[in-house]
Amino acid sequence: MHDMSTHAVPHGAPTSFIRKHVFSLDHKVIGKQYYALALVAAVVGMFLSWLMRLHLGWGNLAIPGLHLLSSSGAPGDVMTPEYYLQLMTMHGTIMVFFVLTTAPFAAFGNFFLPIQTGAEDMPFPHFNMMSFWVTFVAFVVMVAGFFVGDGPSLGGWTQYAPLSAIGAAGGPGEGMGVVLWATSIGIFCIGQLLGSLNFITTTLDMRCKGMSLMRLPLTAWAWFITSIMGLTAFAVLMPACILLILDHVAGTSFFVASNLVIGDHVLPHSGGSTLLWQHLFWFFGHPEVYIAIVPGMGIVSHVLVTNMRRPMLSHRVLIYSMGALAVLSYMVYGHHMFVSGMNPVSAIAFSFPTLVITIPSTIIVLIWLGSLYGAKLRINSASLFALGFVSMFISGGVSGFFLAQPSLDIMLHATYFVVGHFHLVMGVAAMFGIFAGTYFWFPKMTGRMMNETLGKAHFILSFIGTYCIFMPFHYLGMAGNVRRYQAFTDDYLIPLIPVHRFITVAALVTGFAQLIFVYNLIYSRFKGPMAPNDNPWEGTSLEWSTATPPPHNNFGDKMPVVYHDPYQYSVEGASSDYVMQTSQEKLTNPHEEK
Amino acid sequence: MAKTFAVIIVLIAIASAIPIVMHTWPLPQDISTHGHLIDEQFADTMAEAGISFLASQILLAFFIWKFSSPKPGEKIKTFPGGSMGLVIAAFLLVGTEVLALGVFGAKAWGAVYLTRPAADAIPVQVQAGQFAFYFRYPGPDGRFGPIHPDQISEANANFFGLDTTHDQDSKDDIVAAEFAIPVNREIHLLMHSKDVGHSFYVPELRVQQDFVPGLDLSLHFTATKIGKYEIVCTQLCGLGHYNMKAYLEVKSQEDYDAWIKQQAALQ
Repeated sequence: MHDMSTHAVPHGAPTSFIRKHVFSLDHKVIGKQYYALALVAAVVGMFLSWLMRLHLGWGNLAIPGLHLLSSSGAPGDVMTPEYYLQLMTMHGTIMVFFVLTTAPFAAFGNFFLPIQTGAEDMPFPHFNMMSFWVTFVAFVVMVAGFFVGDGPSLGGWTQYAPLSAIGAAGGPGEGMGVVLWATSIGIFCIGQLLGSLNFITTTLDMRCKGMSLMRLPLTAWAWFITSIMGLTAFAVLMPACILLILDHVAGTSFFVASNLVIGDHVLPHSGGSTLLWQHLFWFFGHPEVYIAIVPGMGIVSHVLVTNMRRPMLSHRVLIYSMGALAVLSYMVYGHHMFVSGMNPVSAIAFSFPTLVITIPSTIIVLIWLGSLYGAKLRINSASLFALGFVSMFISGGVSGFFLAQPSLDIMLHATYFVVGHFHLVMGVAAMFGIFAGTYFWFPKMTGRMMNETLGKAHFILSFIGTYCIFMPFHYLGMAGNVRRYQAFTDDYLIPLIPVHRFITVAALVTGFAQLIFVYNLIYSRFKGPMAPNDNPWEGTSLEWSTATPPPHNNFGDKMPVVYHDPYQYSVEGASSDYVMQTSQEKLTNPHEEK
Repeated sequence: MAKTFAVIIVLIAIASAIPIVMHTWPLPQDISTHGHLIDEQFADTMAEAGISFLASQILLAFFIWKFSSPKPGEKIKTFPGGSMGLVIAAFLLVGTEVLALGVFGAKAWGAVYLTRPAADAIPVQVQAGQFAFYFRYPGPDGRFGPIHPDQISEANANFFGLDTTHDQDSKDDIVAAEFAIPVNREIHLLMHSKDVGHSFYVPELRVQQDFVPGLDLSLHFTATKIGKYEIVCTQLCGLGHYNMKAYLEVKSQEDYDAWIKQQAALQ
């Protein structure tokens, strides 16, 4: 552990507008930049989902103005089959990479990890600035797909080869669209690698005096674990993207087998492996699920502890369980490939770790529930979203029991059951984590309070709405409803269309509820009431012991010294119901992990 | 607000369970000899997942209801048994549960994927391509002629690229756009993709398997009910993916024999 209190500020406070707000080295500004990028991406991704849902409910519906987005993709404002797939690909990609990875990890982590560890900044501020700006470039390159050639790729966010690797022969968007997709994701990986490097080093080397690893809040642990996953997972996806680009521009055949025939012509590729892409993609792809959700677990735990006025039943068990999720996440990726054609014995080998991963997941849920028992729960927008996260994680988790088993995957693979599962457990739960973090930390980030009434309305509509959308997905999947279909022409799917219409209406209502959040966020940023003090939620970790918003070097002239574990709530004999980490108050019966 | 939220959680949990209990959207009927293993495994998993889901959601709601309005001066209480009790419970209850699911599920999987087809199983080759399935029967010689990719021609209806002039084995091969099979006879399905990834999914048959370009795979199954069932593609294969389908026709042995004879005459 280092004592940073004697260290110089890594970089001086900027004076120009450009260095202060654009090319900033300050982790707090970079965190806000990531948040803004994620917000824009989320609005785009949600808008795409509305278009898809309208099309799925009412196939030939003209969506006024859609031709402005693509005249060939929506002639007469009616979506073509390929344009549906292109919007679907962009929805999935934007949401997974630019929202679920960016907001809970890069945005909140950047802002709060150095503060919670008691550091003045991250150790490599230039890398940090680069990590955001390459992510921004990646987003621009991804969105450029809409406006180039015949539009973005239609291959889905998983970009299975060889469809993704044979160029324009694969269909609209499979030429330049895929090259842009792979370029964007390759650049995105660089940003994540730089960010992960900073997060790991900050956690290990930048902690202030007294901040042992077990005194780090659960958020800091979640970001630390996530950054280790990020470093190893994105390092696999990046070369996979490079190989995919080479298959397009250099005539290589990494992912294309010999003798494939399209349009009665044999493709000029040979010797590649179709399954190689799937192995590389899912070696990244399954840890990515936890990269999206573990920061949410950290945020939710942190928010819950503050609002339960008690520490978790066990700080250490939660940390170990999140660590177990991270380790197991690499051993389970093959469950995405049970029916892919890989050896059926390996399906069984991948099945058991997938089933075993339910144990640390269950422990985390039980610790949350057990900690709620006997708590003094405060209800506000942040704690509601944190509790909503727990509910979503349970619901999305139990459907994992089915998908972990290859014998059931025969029925459920590639159906809406899978779509319901990952939206609840990874998408909505992670979004709830982002919302909980936003309502909770908004005062610290901006100096102003968000409107609680609007926050609660946003929560109730989102909670009911997301269940109305994603629970029926499971029923559809059980009935055999295949995903990634732009219309349901199969005889047995036609009776299911009314369910899709119900889901579409629910999605539109829930989507509009998110506009309440966007309004609350923007209005409160400029016109919200000022935060009453530096610690409006009566929290204990370091972010609450500094000014609001924090100064350039986070703690002003005096670097913090930590005397306690992070969550000293309701300590018997203490002077109040919370004792901050920096408090020198002697506790006779503290919550200690050491 | 807390109590309203708790009630909403319980209502959602119950409402979510109702369609399952009422079988509003049941699994498609099973027409295979192995399907009951999958269905039993499904039912067991549903029972365990359903109980876990309802118990956890109701407990969450109960705790929110009960502990959100503490009396002034009330002290926090610790869950009986503390964290170690919960960890042990998770290992014992969930660990046993998932181990059982894994072991029994592996048996069901093994019955489908780790057994060999019987020697008298009827071989049929299926070729997937954007956006259609074609089926090939070996004819009286029992052998499939080789595929010549450069001779595949949609325009000439030579979907498998057969060279009937030079390849003896190809001369009596029968190619059809529908998949007719006799009831209660094992089928050995040989899977070939001509272009990109596709999948062969017949929900009623409890069969799903991807086509892997460059890697020919096989499946075997026995259909037990005469009827017509849809074969759908479940692997995103391009713009016409949603419309890529064919029909499985399970026929009586007599009808199947007549059909094969009729198809042979059409070649």
